[in-house]
Amino acid sequence: MGWQRKLLRVDLTAGTCKSEPLNMAWAKAFLGQRGLATKYLVEETDPKVDPLSPGNKLIFATGPLTGTMASTGGRYSVITKGPLTGAIACSNSGGHWGAELKMAGWDMVILEGRSPKPVYLHIENDDAELVDAADLWGKTTWETEPALKRKHQDPLLRVSCIGRAGENQVLYAAVINDLHRAAGRSGVGAVMGSKNLKAIAVRGTKGVGGIKDPMGFMKATTAAKQVLAGNAVTGQGLPTYGTQVLMNVINEVGAMPTRNHRDVQFEGAKDISAEAMREPRATDGKANLVTNQACFGCTIACGRISKIDPTHFTVVNNPAYWGASGGLEYEAAWALGSANGVNDLEALTYANFLCNEDGFDPISFGATVGAVMELYEMGVLTKEQIGIEAPFGSAKALTFLCEQTARGEGFGKEVGQGSKRLCAKYGHPELSMTVKGQEFPAYDGRGIQGMGLAYATSNRGACHLRGYTVASEILGIPVKTDPLVTDGKADLVKAFQDATAVFDSAGICVFTSFAWTLQDVAPQLEAACEGDWSLENLGVVGERIWNLERQFNLAAGFTAADDTLPKRLLEEPAKTGPAKGKVNELHKMMPAYYEARGWSPDGRPTPETLTRLSL
Amino acid sequence: MMRSLHLDATKCTGCMQCEMACSYENYGVFNPSKSRIKVFDFHETGRKVPYTCTQCDEAWCLHACPVEAITVDKATGAKIVNEATCVGCKVCTIACPFGTINYVADTGKVQKCDLCGGKPACADACPTGAITYIDADWTGLDRMRQWAGKLDNQPAAGHAD
Repeated sequence: MGWQRKLLRVDLTAGTCKSEPLNMAWAKAFLGQRGLATKYLVEETDPKVDPLSPGNKLIFATGPLTGTMASTGGRYSVITKGPLTGAIACSNSGGHWGAELKMAGWDMVILEGRSPKPVYLHIENDDAELVDAADLWGKTTWETEPALKRKHQDPLLRVSCIGRAGENQVLYAAVINDLHRAAGRSGVGAVMGSKNLKAIAVRGTKGVGGIKDPMGFMKATTAAKQVLAGNAVTGQGLPTYGTQVLMNVINEVGAMPTRNHRDVQFEGAKDISAEAMREPRATDGKANLVTNQACFGCTIACGRISKIDPTHFTVVNNPAYWGASGGLEYEAAWALGSANGVNDLEALTYANFLCNEDGFDPISFGATVGAVMELYEMGVLTKEQIGIEAPFGSAKALTFLCEQTARGEGFGKEVGQGSKRLCAKYGHPELSMTVKGQEFPAYDGRGIQGMGLAYATSNRGACHLRGYTVASEILGIPVKTDPLVTDGKADLVKAFQDATAVFDSAGICVFTSFAWTLQDVAPQLEAACEGDWSLENLGVVGERIWNLERQFNLAAGFTAADDTLPKRLLEEPAKTGPAKGKVNELHKMMPAYYEARGWSPDGRPTPETLTRLSL
Repeated sequence: MMRSLHLDATKCTGCMQCEMACSYENYGVFNPSKSRIKVFDFHETGRKVPYTCTQCDEAWCLHACPVEAITVDKATGAKIVNEATCVGCKVCTIACPFGTINYVADTGKVQKCDLCGGKPACADACPTGAITYIDADWTGLDRMRQWAGKLDNQPAAGHAD
């Protein structure tokens, strides 16, 4: 059956935990994880609720393939109304925590209300209880996980928690599991902090059984793993270089947002690339990259494990950071590096460590620092205000602001509000490189036109993981399209968005989609779960999830006017590279997109569309 | 040919496919907590290391068992726990220097790797070749080849290239 058919409902206000059967009618319509948790959120939460108030709910959800031998089947998502955007937030993480929750017998945990004092949730199979967390409050994620393992005398305990950023309600605070895996974006960690919930510690020994067709499932998952192994991206590129394989590629095509999107190519890209991570350093002869690492069940293993140069200024007097931990992924390397014009690989690795240690999103953080640096160079912000000279390219300013944001000190408090609020406060809202309040990731919409549309229409604000048309426009997956052309991009974006919603709801990693299409996913779901998971129906399920998220956002107060990009992308042409002279031509794509979606010209799903999708 | 499970930690990514395969083979569920092979993640160094029973010739567990519940599978050399005989006294778990035989509370018996009767599911499932099932007499062959490769870096006399 795939699902455990059971959810845990935790009332933080009352301090109670109770078991509830999973709504199987909803599971068959929305699959699991992102889709199913969204359905619960939509049904149970007022879309206009203040995200950081007790009325908001926070859902940790697995998919039907989580905790199985399906490759990458270890994922979970955190779903809530996001404080950074005010839109639906859904952040996906790997590591081992999601599989552990499933092994304990739960498909999801719904957290409601607000605890009167700091607590953590301890789950051991069927037993769940809220435990006082006074001694954990104020601790980093790197302190919290070992403390809980010691306290429960269980080294196999898996911990998902917030650091000080979540406690301080940094608006892009992340939920961190397994020390350096993150439900990273949209501030889901701030919601957790607002509920006085420090951690969810899980041990599951029940396992995942009840697969509908076990023989068929083993056959389908084995075949799908062979597809991953045989694919150049998932079989070689990602395990060897990680997502950082993209750094030089995206820079060459002129789609590397640089210095707060002033430029589209970064002269220092090679210094912070995957290749640079593998080069022995001049100082100690060792490479930044130690090894690659897999999340639970993953046969790709793109994760980076890095060590910082112990002689680097950031850590020379701080041996606590000399050990190995989660290294730079492409998005983090871009946001901490190119977005600020910083080409110091060790400084970026240190900042990335801090983002994991205190739980905040390096994309939104790095992009916000980019805005700070631009305001500094314009003379709007001064050294006295920021606490340091902060020109573009300053690794010292980057790491200083990272420490301040992690601790909630000084100007870090303002950086922790994200670029939209910060730029507005200092009179330059146009310098915030955001959509719906969330910062862009590492692809410039001028050099990759479809991504501009994907960002503008993403249900959680600017995001590459809602419709990664980079795959088609740059990498030629599944077919090559011209990144500088707008024709056909509406349909392309819609197709990617709908398919991604299925991947995110199944319990598997979206990176499999470099090699898999829904055609590879369908047989795995069909063998695991009852219900109709044919290729045709999966397309409908994905579109249904997308529209459900859209409805939540519309009810929250968003309109078609919010489906847009910052003026810089629409009016300031790219200065160099293949896209030189180009802006993003969003206006050419948006009407076609609404039409392809079956939405009215003001961006609302028509009654016919809702009927077609059974919404 | 007698075969051995060969564990090469340098190739392990920590994906846990082996643990799921082991539990699925023996219990029909995906459940690492029931796996007889465990992957250890040494976070400070980044190393991931799979570990399980090495099937000692003079097996401590076998000699310690008071009811002779542990016997040798002649075909594979595996030390097998006979569940019908095992009384769950756990003396074997004390005797084993490596910790690779463990009590299972659900069944009241001990469990250990039995090499799946000669087709170890963990080796089948391992995507990186960190776990292989190879000639018991030549588990060092791969490492020998690596060192041999280092010696072969001078052009041999009389070699055209």
